[in-house]
Amino acid sequence: MSLTPQESEYLEKKIGRKPNPLELQIVAAEWSEHCSYKSSKKYLKTLPREGKRVVSGQGYDSGVLDVGDGYVVTVHIESHNHPSAVEPYGGAATGVGGVIRDILSAGTRPIAVLDGLRFGDIEKDTQARWLFKNAVRGIADYGNCLGIPTIGGEVEFDECFANYALVDVASVGFGRRERLIQNRADKGDRVVLIGGSTGRDGIGGSQFASDKLESENRSAVQIPDPFIEKLLIEVILEARNQGCIKAMKDLGGGGLSCAISETSDALSVGIDMDLSAVHKREGDMSPMELMVSESQERMLVITSPEKLETLKSICGKFRVPVSVIGIVTEDKMMHVRSENGMMALLPSNVVANAPLLDRPSVVPKYLATIASVKKPKGGALSKVLLRMLSNPNIASKQWVYTQYDHEVGIRTVVKPGQDAPVLRLDNGKFLSIKIDGNSKHCYLNPRQGVMGCFDEACRNVVCTGATPIGMVDHLQFGNPEDPEIFWTFKESVEGIIEYAKFFEIPCVGGKVSLYNETDKGPIKPTPLIGVLGLIEGKPLVHEAARGKDLLIIVGITKDEMGGSEYYEYIHGIVGGICPSVNLEVSRKNQRAVLEVIGEDLAKSVHDCSKGGLAVTVAEICMLSDVGATIMLEKVPSDKIQNDELMFSETHSRFLLVVDPSKAGRVLSILQSHGVVHANIGKFSGKTIAFRDRIRLIAGVRVDKAQEKWLNSLGSLVSHG
Amino acid sequence: MHHVLTDVFKLDSQLVWHTDDMPSNIDAIVLPGGFSYGDRLRAGVIAAHSPIIAQVKKMAEKGMPILGVCNGFQILTESGLLPGALLRNPSLSYMCKWTEIIVKNNKTPFTNKFKLNQRIPIAIANGEGRYYADKDTLRLLQRNNQIVFTYGEDVNGATMKIAGICNKEGNVVGMMPHPERSAEQILNPGNAKPASMIFESLLNTLGVTV
Repeated sequence: MSLTPQESEYLEKKIGRKPNPLELQIVAAEWSEHCSYKSSKKYLKTLPREGKRVVSGQGYDSGVLDVGDGYVVTVHIESHNHPSAVEPYGGAATGVGGVIRDILSAGTRPIAVLDGLRFGDIEKDTQARWLFKNAVRGIADYGNCLGIPTIGGEVEFDECFANYALVDVASVGFGRRERLIQNRADKGDRVVLIGGSTGRDGIGGSQFASDKLESENRSAVQIPDPFIEKLLIEVILEARNQGCIKAMKDLGGGGLSCAISETSDALSVGIDMDLSAVHKREGDMSPMELMVSESQERMLVITSPEKLETLKSICGKFRVPVSVIGIVTEDKMMHVRSENGMMALLPSNVVANAPLLDRPSVVPKYLATIASVKKPKGGALSKVLLRMLSNPNIASKQWVYTQYDHEVGIRTVVKPGQDAPVLRLDNGKFLSIKIDGNSKHCYLNPRQGVMGCFDEACRNVVCTGATPIGMVDHLQFGNPEDPEIFWTFKESVEGIIEYAKFFEIPCVGGKVSLYNETDKGPIKPTPLIGVLGLIEGKPLVHEAARGKDLLIIVGITKDEMGGSEYYEYIHGIVGGICPSVNLEVSRKNQRAVLEVIGEDLAKSVHDCSKGGLAVTVAEICMLSDVGATIMLEKVPSDKIQNDELMFSETHSRFLLVVDPSKAGRVLSILQSHGVVHANIGKFSGKTIAFRDRIRLIAGVRVDKAQEKWLNSLGSLVSHG
Repeated sequence: MHHVLTDVFKLDSQLVWHTDDMPSNIDAIVLPGGFSYGDRLRAGVIAAHSPIIAQVKKMAEKGMPILGVCNGFQILTESGLLPGALLRNPSLSYMCKWTEIIVKNNKTPFTNKFKLNQRIPIAIANGEGRYYADKDTLRLLQRNNQIVFTYGEDVNGATMKIAGICNKEGNVVGMMPHPERSAEQILNPGNAKPASMIFESLLNTLGVTV
């Protein structure tokens, strides 16, 4: 909980004296990895952020994209990993609360939440099951109570997350462009703290999150209160409508230390604050506790003296506590007073800008040996397919998403359980959003792995008919002081940049979470990519496949089995070559598919990824309650074995369900785009069958498949 | 709910703050869903003591059509306008999914356009949605034709699969499922027509034609 000797020296040089203990705590909170991005900032600056829809403002905590007709969407992603690993219910719930306030602080109404969850092997590890169950409940209880739908996400289980949890939450907001908060402040403006009281929860949370999780530190975990968050949302939006908010910031990591220093630095003003004015949960809190408490559901608002009474009366209407804690000055300093006089006086730009680090990096040794593995024997593939469908990484996540109110607000046109959810917007357009990660691929090749996640998220929104318009990233790694881990971080950032530049998808926000380590070592590199897509026409809402419908594949299937569920779950092989993205091919495939959807020629379109072709075909059959016969010899490939054809996770592939009467037109569109494609089978009967010419390679009855796929996750959790 | 009443069914609806007076020129009241007071203590119990509820009770006595949906239904039972109670789901979890309900009373202001036993595809989303009433109450509900909707399948262990009920007079209706989520075709994975008839019934009751 302190600075390194170099940082102390830098601080003393900057302020020209020794800091007092409170000042040291304020700076330590703000200079923590969590708040300052001191290891990562140098690389994050290189992400492409420009785009024709990007609205860049001063100090927004969320990305803002123009969706036309005077409307914007906002998006942000955050994690709450350390707290969730200790106290999954509260950690996950407050993770939702925090990201929602980032959306709110731009002046937009939060309209959706997505979550990405990662735990250890829940089949064997009861601790992982407990973490999973309670994190889901925490998200559900918080989001449901707020009336904000949790519309999608993803869940991954891997032994590297044993005794740990990655809980990522993304949120989307919507509003009028002219109502975005302008973020400015003038001398004499009032600094107001609105929302929950400041208590002794979450003390030093940002530093807790910037170190290995060695000891359980429960006081660093925040306590959720969704009802006050709901009131806070309504207070802020009404205050926005009445012009009471000149600038605003959510209180998150680093509490008041971070909010005050970053706000005053971003607005190039000073703030003179008085801790005795803060509304507190407990009377005897010390200045240090008040400055670093991460109590939830609080917003810092800057208002003009003329609007102060209106702001207070809005808070009164909703019975939300409010206190005027400071005043804006011109001196660009943060002044912290208490009953005992001036307690801290620091230049804001020094506090808000930690000295950046240039961490060494080196290629991890394990990569040299992990690429070559012996090919497994295929075995009885019908049985393998059934096992794959009950694999927790593949099994239906309905146990999770039925606990989330995914429809409140009545915008959810495409609901969870499909490739990507779709929301309707007030201007008649539609927004699709998907988050994807894959620690297994990223472990084998961080650069190709993250490009694959990016491609997968894009494919998923493309399946709804949406064109990607922006992305957010969440970069989760172990201890950055380890050069091998830092290399995986750098590679991931470079992979994102390569993909984003090629597809011209701007990065509008993101977050870095480091020091994700368990007692067995670091987690696998787990960058997460969130992609937003806009639909100007109508979204593709899946229609069930019926007998005689055809299945058309777009894209080639390759021998890229490394990191696949088939290798890892069925054969226990960690290694091999993971799928890589061919950017040109991927762009062509996406454009061709979008044209097919645009002409309303497909009943449904699916991304072919985790579990490969066989799992995606089975999912279509199970959701449509119909069988299918797939002719593996027709699947375009590099002449690979049948098990590889079925389970390879090669990127940039799509599966299209097409009515026979429309097949001619679909095929001619695909031809005109010059993409690899083939008609590989048709739907009929009650069995999901894969044939190689006349030979049956695998056959599973639809009802049996459904039983495994739909129930296995729920029964695992309810029996643990 | 406000969007559906205003934009879809073109009714002149307005939101009323819990401490304000009830507007004088109204024809019907809808208590929408939504975690009043964060579902603290018990869903609907705190809101049932809001100042506005006293006026809702007066309107109920006068025979005004009143619909409570989800948390609105919970508020109606907690305030004594409807009998019985809504308990936690047996899974102890929130449940958000689509199901079917069956019309058992087509004489209420919100069901008069339906045929008896007509099925309605509809969304449900609740944590405390299991209807419960004791035997005497159930007997009265049956005798007075107060059971308005039942579930097609047993979704949550509700007594007699009850999804919605009305008061003895029939003007106050409470239901756990969400007709406002189900009445627009774009949001409804099945057929939105039946759910929209709940609102069309209200229009019919009020003598409004769209």
